[in-house]
Amino acid sequence: MREGLVKIGRAVVFLGQLFSRVRATPLQARETLRQIYYAGARSLVIIVTCGFFVGLVLTLQTYDTLTRFGAADAASTVLALSLFRELGPVLTAILFAGRAGTSITAEIGLMRATEQLDAMDLMAIDPMERIVQPRFLASLIAVPALTVIFNLMALLGGIFFAVFVMGNDVISFWGNMQASVELGRDFLHGMGKAVGFGFLAAWLAVYFGWSARATSEGVALATTQTVIATAIAVLILDFVLSAFML
Amino acid sequence: MKSTNQIELTAGVFLALAIAALIFLALQATDRGVVSGGSYEITATFTNVGGLKPKAEVSLGGVTIGLVERIELDPVTFDARVHMQISEQYNDLPEDTSAAILTAGILGDQYVGLEPGGSPVALEDGDELMITNSAMVLEQLITKYLLNGDDAQQ
Repeated sequence: MREGLVKIGRAVVFLGQLFSRVRATPLQARETLRQIYYAGARSLVIIVTCGFFVGLVLTLQTYDTLTRFGAADAASTVLALSLFRELGPVLTAILFAGRAGTSITAEIGLMRATEQLDAMDLMAIDPMERIVQPRFLASLIAVPALTVIFNLMALLGGIFFAVFVMGNDVISFWGNMQASVELGRDFLHGMGKAVGFGFLAAWLAVYFGWSARATSEGVALATTQTVIATAIAVLILDFVLSAFML
Repeated sequence: MKSTNQIELTAGVFLALAIAALIFLALQATDRGVVSGGSYEITATFTNVGGLKPKAEVSLGGVTIGLVERIELDPVTFDARVHMQISEQYNDLPEDTSAAILTAGILGDQYVGLEPGGSPVALEDGDELMITNSAMVLEQLITKYLLNGDDAQQ
């Protein structure tokens, strides 16, 4: 218990240090863009595939359930609402932690283990500014961006199932959904969550890398912790945000 | 290994893609306003709106021509005032149009049904419908029926 609290305290102190050393220089912006490529663009394959199949299975299940109540028309609404409000942001954040969060943790952890961070410090280059900050910002931007793409792909998956398997038409599928999804309450609510989850995923990934013990076991442990901690924190924050925003 | 330029280009394309997806979903997948295109507001006062909710349909002859925007209680008369947005293309409804709260099917959603009158003067933005018919509340009907039955026996 005590140890857990100490860890949370250290993570908060780390975040404070990170923010106190934020610098906006062209060099930093370019490095952030590079990291957006590694964390964001390189995660597209997993996000696009998972999004499409989540859309497929969700539509299949809702059609099956709603047909029993004679409300199959509402399938697209159920799909869009559950995607925009819950599944899109949550699944994207957890997939992101597994795909990109781990690689950020391992990279920073290995720099710690091989004393690259100390070497930078000796050369009067602040590793917090040069290494941690771009990766943090890139993840913060990448998670909401990937969430939007996940949502879009899942809707495409839903349309694919509705049109080619159930024989519905696109117009009624999209029209039913459009009529009952609200911009502020549903879509932007979900995007707000995505920003919150992006913050968590970014923070935990760089923190566990930074605080990894300088051994190979230390790096392995830190990578595992990133995934576990992000998944737990995202699901808890999801409940808190839903409770407050609804 | 890709060159730095290519990496930055890919990152930029990725961000542009995400922003395009965001704008597309925000504009196309959601219900932007009450009625797409222009609309004008009319109000109607009912003694009881039953289960009518904001965003319920306003229809005339079975065709949806607008939506209920909000419902409020008049603090003086304690009547319910229903504000409706009617699509601009139906801007020549007669002034003596009447409104009734109806139910789609036995257990369906409630909606406002309009019945056009014969006046040559058209309704304008902010006008109030004078002839209204309140919602039919099933419990009240049953009570009335039972009480009337008692009265008949006496």
